[in-house]
Amino acid sequence: MTAIVIADAPAKRLSPLTGLQNTFTLTWRSVLKIKTNSEDLLGLSLQPVMFLVLFTYIFGGAIAGSTHKYLQSALPGILVMTVIFGTLGTGLMLNNDISTGVFDRFRSLPIARWAPLAGAVLGDMVRYIIMVAVTLGFGMILGFRIENNPLAAAAGCLLVLAFALAMCWVSALLGMVVKTAQGVQTFSFLAYFPLVFGSNMLAPTQTMPGWLQAFVKVNPMTSLTDASRALLVGGPVASSAWKALAWGAGIAIVFAPLAVRAYRRRT
Amino acid sequence: MRYDVNSALAIEATGLIKQFGKTRALDGVDLAVPQGRVLGLLGPNGAGKTTAVRILATLLRPDGGEARVCGYDVRRDAHQVRQLVGLTGQYASVDEGLSGTNNLVMIGRLLGIPRAQAKARAAELLSRFDLADAAGRPAKTYSGGMRRRLDLAASLVGRPRVLYLDEPTTGLDPRSRTDVWRMVRELVTDGVTVLLTTQYLDEADQMANDIVVIDHGTVIATGTPDELKAKTGGQVLEVVPADPARMNDVSAVLTELTRATPLASENGDRFTVQVPDATLLPGIVRELDNRGIELAEFTLRKASMDEVFFTLTGTRNQS
Repeated sequence: MTAIVIADAPAKRLSPLTGLQNTFTLTWRSVLKIKTNSEDLLGLSLQPVMFLVLFTYIFGGAIAGSTHKYLQSALPGILVMTVIFGTLGTGLMLNNDISTGVFDRFRSLPIARWAPLAGAVLGDMVRYIIMVAVTLGFGMILGFRIENNPLAAAAGCLLVLAFALAMCWVSALLGMVVKTAQGVQTFSFLAYFPLVFGSNMLAPTQTMPGWLQAFVKVNPMTSLTDASRALLVGGPVASSAWKALAWGAGIAIVFAPLAVRAYRRRT
Repeated sequence: MRYDVNSALAIEATGLIKQFGKTRALDGVDLAVPQGRVLGLLGPNGAGKTTAVRILATLLRPDGGEARVCGYDVRRDAHQVRQLVGLTGQYASVDEGLSGTNNLVMIGRLLGIPRAQAKARAAELLSRFDLADAAGRPAKTYSGGMRRRLDLAASLVGRPRVLYLDEPTTGLDPRSRTDVWRMVRELVTDGVTVLLTTQYLDEADQMANDIVVIDHGTVIATGTPDELKAKTGGQVLEVVPADPARMNDVSAVLTELTRATPLASENGDRFTVQVPDATLLPGIVRELDNRGIELAEFTLRKASMDEVFFTLTGTRNQS
């Protein structure tokens, strides 16, 4: 007996447009998860509040002489810190998707190979937008004032978000190469702490020892903080903003392919 | 565009090899599943069942051998294969943070089904799998059985021609098991080809047209459930004499009446023996009584996986 199956032939390959559509569907999934997970939403909002209160009132008097003066220079930095730490979530979520078998399901479907990664990264942008809004909003309640025109301030926020988009890929890579969620958390903090705190976010560079100044000056977080400060409260923008953009592009160009490769290997 | 598959085989694998570090998970496995049939891939934990399924679902690349699904090569034509198969993993791979409906709508959208139709398909599948009442709840609030059913529904959104069920009932209570079995049977009547992996002989017996038994990455037996049962006896009689000194007499009676070799347990207090036919039992009881052997235990049960392996391979299964 020969069974002859006649059906529509499966497509040979995927069009790039389908890949984009897959990505948007998976972005929708990430956003839906933020919306339905009230704990996640609460955590997202509380982290910037905690950073603002702690750093402003602990360091404010000591570093700037007054908490208000400190807030004006520290908030743009805290904005960067909040969002950069926020990118850790990308790696954790990807790691979780792998260990729970969700990615196996995606990979058994005829969708673009890179869509689950891109969807996760894009979906996380929504988280960062929430964090930026809370940081600015709560900062204003504490007395922060935008001293630049609204357009420049918006550009500052966009710059931070764009940089976060690049850092997501670093986190995604960690989420792929480290086995457990616990490990992802530990290694991410080991990588991110020196990067975030080894900058001029919280204290002026000239108060630090020479060797540290050398690191702070090349740290992309310093350029990003400078640019965000200049755009929110005024000051020379151009050089730091270009530097931050160049760093962001460089990080994305290096880490996005690495993350995609690790994803292909891991799964 | 249309295509014909002249071969009647929905799944065809020859000499599959997969190596993980020093372990050879698959060591030359051949499988052949005709269209519309159910193949039970039976074996203990670590036998290589999941590895075989993952290769056939394009999640893993084989180190050697070939595999085709509806004529498409799992390596070269992976994208086509993915359009034809559905996968239900051993561990439910639904997104726990999403509701039942959204899990299915997401998959429908990923498969390119327009939103309205994806929603309709989700509702249809949820009611078919008795999940309509829980449709709006996050999957993390589901019971194990409900999750497995949602996972099964998720693998059906795209109406696959070939369905892989990797231990679909492991860890489920008996009622949920029968539910899953019933649902899989319905699919088979729709003409779907099913590859089912299981550790349970009775599950393979209930569901499969053909069974392939694998252990340590190699096929050790193939046949229909009846053929395998005939080979393995199917049922096992366990006899424990009240007086351990009478073990030899018990052995003699069992050998004589069942014409099989009784197997002594490791601590030497009991014999187990394959019984092809339950009508032998009264005779055995009578004969034991005639010889004055008092019994502490006398039980007839289904052959365990271990005993099947003993019969098939002649060695005790280590795992």
